Amino acid sequence: MFKSFLKLQWKSFFRSSSMGKSLGIKIVMGFFALYFIGMMAFMGSTVFFLLERAIPNSDPLVILSQYLMYWVLGELLFRYFLQKLPVMDIKPFLLLPIKKSSIAHYILGRSSVSFYNFLSLFFFLPFGIVLLIEGYAAMHVVFWLMAIIGIVLTINYINFIINKSERTLVGIGFLLLAVYGLEYFKILPVKEYAGKLFYAFYDNPLFAIIPLVTAGLFYYLNYSFIRNRLFLDASLQKKTAQANASDLSWTKRFGAIAPFLQLDLKLIWRNKRTKTQVFMSLAFVFYGLLFYGMEDMGMGSGMLVFVGIFMTGIFLMNFGQFIPAWDSSYYSMMMSQNIPLRKYLESKAMLIYVSIVFMFLLSIPYVYFGWDALAINFSCALYNLGVNVPVILFFGSKNKKRIDLNKSAMGNMQGISATQFVVGIPLFGLPMIIYGLFAFFVSFEAALIVLSVLGVVGFVFRNKILDSITRIYRKKKYGMIAGFKEQNS
Amino acid sequence: MIIVENLKKKYVGITVLDIEHLDIPKGQSFGLVGNNGAGKTTFFSLLLDLIQPTTGKIINNQIQVDQSEVWKKHTSSFIDETFLIGYLTPEEYFYFIGELRNQNKADVDALLNNFEDFFHGEILNQRKYLRDLSKGNQKKAGIVASFIGNPEVVILDEPFANLDPTTQIRLKSIIKDLAAKKEVTVLVSSHDLIHVTEVCERIVVLNKGEIVKDIETSEATLKELELFFSGEEEFQENISAS
Repeated sequence: MFKSFLKLQWKSFFRSSSMGKSLGIKIVMGFFALYFIGMMAFMGSTVFFLLERAIPNSDPLVILSQYLMYWVLGELLFRYFLQKLPVMDIKPFLLLPIKKSSIAHYILGRSSVSFYNFLSLFFFLPFGIVLLIEGYAAMHVVFWLMAIIGIVLTINYINFIINKSERTLVGIGFLLLAVYGLEYFKILPVKEYAGKLFYAFYDNPLFAIIPLVTAGLFYYLNYSFIRNRLFLDASLQKKTAQANASDLSWTKRFGAIAPFLQLDLKLIWRNKRTKTQVFMSLAFVFYGLLFYGMEDMGMGSGMLVFVGIFMTGIFLMNFGQFIPAWDSSYYSMMMSQNIPLRKYLESKAMLIYVSIVFMFLLSIPYVYFGWDALAINFSCALYNLGVNVPVILFFGSKNKKRIDLNKSAMGNMQGISATQFVVGIPLFGLPMIIYGLFAFFVSFEAALIVLSVLGVVGFVFRNKILDSITRIYRKKKYGMIAGFKEQNS
Repeated sequence: MIIVENLKKKYVGITVLDIEHLDIPKGQSFGLVGNNGAGKTTFFSLLLDLIQPTTGKIINNQIQVDQSEVWKKHTSSFIDETFLIGYLTPEEYFYFIGELRNQNKADVDALLNNFEDFFHGEILNQRKYLRDLSKGNQKKAGIVASFIGNPEVVILDEPFANLDPTTQIRLKSIIKDLAAKKEVTVLVSSHDLIHVTEVCERIVVLNKGEIVKDIETSEATLKELELFFSGEEEFQENISAS
């Protein structure tokens, strides 16, 4: 039975709509996976020596054990967002002569061989091998590894239970911060205690049984939970949330585009994928810290232009890229109605304009790194307003892949094709090149002025530009309708 | 009102629709029947300029459908649930369509009042999004939305399918009332021969993309249609036998 399920899962994986049909995407995903595996293995084998050098005269295993607590909490957080539970479409199996226990066991068993579990193993196994080489007691190391595997599986099954609960997520996040805070402010040596706890798994091999037992416990908890819910009406019926009808009459001041603005705002707010993207976009205002914090990035570096465009234009990219595709499920209706295409596009553009201004305001604190930072972000924002908005709308017209608004945004590859990566080139590359040329041949200030002027010019002529983009959308209408109809693209 | 000339639609060399000439006068209630793959939805899609004809044209109130968008002002339609905006409540959807057709809230409310019976208390004031309604209710909402704004042409693709018995009967009388208004041209496609003969004054049968019958509805029409569709099978059996 297990084998049959496996075969079905294999087929569904490769035939799934969110896999991304094009070979290019699969290769990219493969590379990412290999990259992470390689990184983990590399870190696992070298961290021993790093710790030895960083904190001399101490046992690296003891040091590592202290950080394992952060690892556990961090994994829970990480998995909450990224790990998709292997939900099988159970309905077809309920009518067939298959034992419900088989289904439940299969779902749980499958999750135990998830990529995320292996990722952790790719770190700990090399580390364990290094320990063996360095002369640690073999038996102890082996049992320690078994304990780690037990912990990984426990985390995996705990995630099953808490995955949909936002409260637990906040709880874990809070716990993580609290533990870190206690340590940082030297209130409680939490790390030491946790370190002793985790070290005990090495010290006394018998303790290794504990994590394996907890793994089994959570497995059983999940099993009984799932087994009892394998009815049509139990977990399979979606809870329909109460609809909040919003008036949004303040949009009337925008005139003719008001009905479309209202529609777009509701689109963003009432659909999982778009809503998560808005929050993600807001979080990206911190992205710049990565770059500005690095000492070797000179102020005149082109990378800062990349960061400026990225931060002020994050919503532009996330939302703008898929602009007709957001409405893909009812695009035919929109096209058969008396909808002035121009107004439709204008309202989308308006949303993006507002987002750029908003993100720029959020990025003002970067003035902490100097007035230059503010100037860069400002010219990037102007450039985004005037040049990148039409660019992204133009690329949107090439969009023919359907997007299902109800699926979550995390790890959702639906609607993504090679075009999405190609868009990045003119969006980022062009301003970086312009900046680079002028900064090199003339001056830093000149480069920023050029970017700003381009932006302002583009914005001033936005009506004309929008007209030509509307023409393009009109031409591509049939292709888009046909593409959006395809359910499994 | 609607004139079709030399309309052909080909996909990869296969002609799925071939109508030399069709004239639907204003105010007619027009029924389209045919087996699966006959070309009904293709015809409606061409009529609404959702797909391009390979050759030929459709003229809607003297406007060529794929040349200008003016016909959209007086034409409304409901093809399937994808025509609904799932994340809106039914009221929001009705008002949105109303705005597109220059109807204010009061106008839309006045229209919706007429359909209180039809809605059976399951559509309005439910605080549910369209995507959370049952399929039948979604259809009801979509069909009524197509009446907003006093359209001159109403296109309904298989409106009776998947509706419960009470709703079907109510819908029949709604369409008959609509058709009685001589300014409104109603086009309905259906698999249900009985419904379509009751509701439409003219029935056109499509088979493999071509018009094979064009009947003015009368007492004998139902029998004629039944004979045709069962006779077709006999005919095909004869082909395979010989």
